[in-house]
Amino acid sequence: MEPERPEGNGSGESGELAPKGRGAGLVSRARAQGLALKERAEAEAKTYKDPQQTQLWKSIFRVSHDRSDPRNRSLAILSNVFLHLHPAKVNRDATRYSFTWGMGGITFYLFIVLTFTGILLMFYYHPTKVQAFRDILYLEHDVPFGKLLRNMHRWAAHLMIITTWLHMFRVVLTGSYKRPREFNWCVGVVLLVLTLLLSFTGYLLPDDQLGFWAVTVGTNMARSTPMLGSEGPFGPQMGMTPFNDVRFGLLGGSIVDSNALLRSYIWHCIGIPVVASLFMAVHFWRIRKDGGISGPAPVMLESEMKAVKK
Amino acid sequence: MSTVIERPRSNRWLLWLVVSLAVVGALALMVDDWGQLWKISSAPDNIPIVMMIPLVVFFTWLGLKQSKDNDKLVGELEEDPALAKSHHRKTQPWRPGWARELHVWPYLVRVEFLAAIIVTIILFVWSILLNAPLEEPANPNLTMNPSKAPWYFLGLQEMLVYFDPWIAGVVMPSLLLVGLMVFPYVDSNPLGNGYYSWRQRRFAVSMFLWGFFMWIILIIIGTFIRGPGWMWFWPGQTWDHNRVVFDRNRDLHEIVAGWGLPFLNLYPWKAIFGAVVVGVVFVTGGLFFHWLMLRRRLEWADIKSPARLKGWAKKNGEFEEKLLARTSILQYLTFQFFAITVLWLFPVKLLLRLLFTIKYIWVTPWFNV
Ligand code: HEM
Repeated sequence: MEPERPEGNGSGESGELAPKGRGAGLVSRARAQGLALKERAEAEAKTYKDPQQTQLWKSIFRVSHDRSDPRNRSLAILSNVFLHLHPAKVNRDATRYSFTWGMGGITFYLFIVLTFTGILLMFYYHPTKVQAFRDILYLEHDVPFGKLLRNMHRWAAHLMIITTWLHMFRVVLTGSYKRPREFNWCVGVVLLVLTLLLSFTGYLLPDDQLGFWAVTVGTNMARSTPMLGSEGPFGPQMGMTPFNDVRFGLLGGSIVDSNALLRSYIWHCIGIPVVASLFMAVHFWRIRKDGGISGPAPVMLESEMKAVKK
Repeated sequence: MSTVIERPRSNRWLLWLVVSLAVVGALALMVDDWGQLWKISSAPDNIPIVMMIPLVVFFTWLGLKQSKDNDKLVGELEEDPALAKSHHRKTQPWRPGWARELHVWPYLVRVEFLAAIIVTIILFVWSILLNAPLEEPANPNLTMNPSKAPWYFLGLQEMLVYFDPWIAGVVMPSLLLVGLMVFPYVDSNPLGNGYYSWRQRRFAVSMFLWGFFMWIILIIIGTFIRGPGWMWFWPGQTWDHNRVVFDRNRDLHEIVAGWGLPFLNLYPWKAIFGAVVVGVVFVTGGLFFHWLMLRRRLEWADIKSPARLKGWAKKNGEFEEKLLARTSILQYLTFQFFAITVLWLFPVKLLLRLLFTIKYIWVTPWFNV
C-alpha cells in the first residue's frame, strides 16, 4: 500500500485523511503530533535561554541579581544568607580601600581559607606520635597537591596574624573604637588572642623539632604562673607541683608528648575554631548594630566639642 | 561646597629618599656576614615578619597621610565657620547631586570579591614558591639552639630576658591585653570618631603607636638579633655557637650598696630599697605621661628657638586641658596604671638591662622585678 502524502504543511486535519485507510491515518497523525511537539519544545527552549527565568534558578536565588533598580539591589543583599551580614546600603566613601584597608574582611577571608585547607589536611593527618610526622612527609611527597595544601595553610595562618594586627591598627587610627563601638573592640581583642592561640596550637602538630621546642618554651612559661604554676610565686604554697599545675593541664602531662599532641590537635581543629567563630559572629553582628562601619565620617571640630555631662 | 583646594606638589620625598638610601647604605657597610643575615631573613617562617616590616611602614604612612589631609580640612573649617556649615566635611569628593549611600550590591560586594581574588592569588604564588618548614622529628634529647617560638611570639620570649617568667609570660601579656581592652574606655576624647586624625587625637594615637612599635621592635630583636644561647648578635654578625659572654649581671641594690651603703645588701633594706626604686619609676612615669598628655602640638619653629621650646614644655595646651577635664578620675588612674606598667616600666627595665646589665631592680624573698 502506498501511503498518501499529506498535502500542505503537515498540519492538515486528520479527519479529512481518515477515509483513505487506517495505516495512512496513523502515520500522518503521529507526524502531526510530532511537529506540534517540536514547536512546543522550540518555544520552551527559548525560555531556557534566560536561565534566570527558570524555576530552578528562582528557587535558589529568590530574586534577580542583575537588575539595577534599587529594590532588586537591596533584595540581592537582604535575601541572601551569606550577604545579609551587610546592610543594603553603605556610606559611599566606605567602599574605598583607603578607609578600612579591607583588613577585617581579608582577615575573615583568611579564616575561611584556613578552615577549608584545614579540613582537607585533617583527611591525611593522625594526631599520634607514631604517625603525625610521617603524615606530613606523606602530604609533602605523595598526596596530590599535598605540599601546596600544607603551604597554603601555613602561609594563610601567618598572613592572618599580620592582617589582624593591621586591622586593629586601622581601627585605632580611625578612632573606630569610640562610642558606641567600645565593646566590639573588646570582642576584637579576644579574637586577636584566639588567632594567636590557633597559630600556636597548630605549630606543634607536625611533631618536628621546630614545633616541639617552640611549644616547650611556650608552655614552660606556664610553670611560673602565679599561684597556678609549680614554679610561680605562691605556686608551691598553693600545693602546685609539676604534676598538677596549669602546665600539666595544658599538656596533659609533665612533658610535651603524645597527650600534648592530642590536646593541641583538639584545641586547634575544634575548640578554638568554634569559639573564634562564635566571637566572629558577635563581632559582625555588633558592627551592624553599632551602625555599620564608623566612617569615613564627617570631621568634627574642636570648637564643637560639647561640655561634659555632669 | 565642592571647592577644590590646590596644593603645591612638594619635592620633599626626594630628600627622604636620599636620607633613607644613605642610612641603608651605612647599615649595609656594617654587615660582616651577609650569609648569616640571609639565613635568618630567608628562613621560611621568618618571611612573614620580613614582609610585615614594609607593610607596617606603608600602612602607617597611608594612615598618617589621610590624617594629615583631614587635619588640614579641620583647620580650614575651624577658621571659616560659614564654610564649616556648608561643607560636607570630608576630604573625599562630593557633589550636591550625589547619593550619600551606595548599594552594597554591587558596589561593596565587588570590592570584597576583588580583594578575595587578590588574596587568593597571593597565597597561591607564595605557597608555590616557598615551602613550609619541616625540621627533624621532635627529639626531646636534642635541644634546638636557639630554640625560638614562631615570630609573632618572639616579643614574649624576648621579654623573658628582662623579667622573671611569671612577669614576662603571664603578668605582662595579661596587662597588655587588659590594657588594650580598656583603651576605648579611658579615651574620653569625643573627636576623631570614624575618620583619620592626628591633630585631634595626638596623645591617644601616639600611646597606641608606642605600644605597637615597641611590640614590633621586640619581635625584630627576637628574630634578627638573638642567636645561640639567646645572646645578642648584631644583624650580619656570625652566630658563634661557642661564644661565651661574661655578663656582669648585677642587681641595682648591689651597685648602690657598692657606693658606700653596704646595709643595702641585707634584708629588709634590700627589699625596701627596691620598693622605693619601683615607686620612683612609677611616679616619674606618671609625671611624664601627665606632662605629655597636656602638650600642644610641637611646631618646627619651637624646635628652632630654645625660648619657644621652653614655652612649649611649660605651658599646657588649651585643647589638651579641655580633654583632661573630660576625663574622669577613674579613667585617668586606669590609664596611668596601664601606661606606666606596660609602656614605661618595661622600656626602663629594657634599657637598664641592655645598657647597664642590671638584672633586678627589686629583690624580695618572694619575687624579683
Ligand atoms: C579574627 C579577627 C578579626 C576579624 C575576622 C575581624 C573582622 C572585622 C570586619 C570584617 C570588620 C568590618 C570592617 C573592616 O573590614 O575593617 C571589623 C570591624 C571592626 N573590628 Fe574587627 N576583626 C577581627 C579582629 C579585630 C581586632 C583584633 C580588633 C581590635 C582590637 C577589632 C575591632 C574592630 C572594630 C572596633 C570594628 C568596627 C570598625 C568600624 O566600625 O570602623 N577586630 N572587624
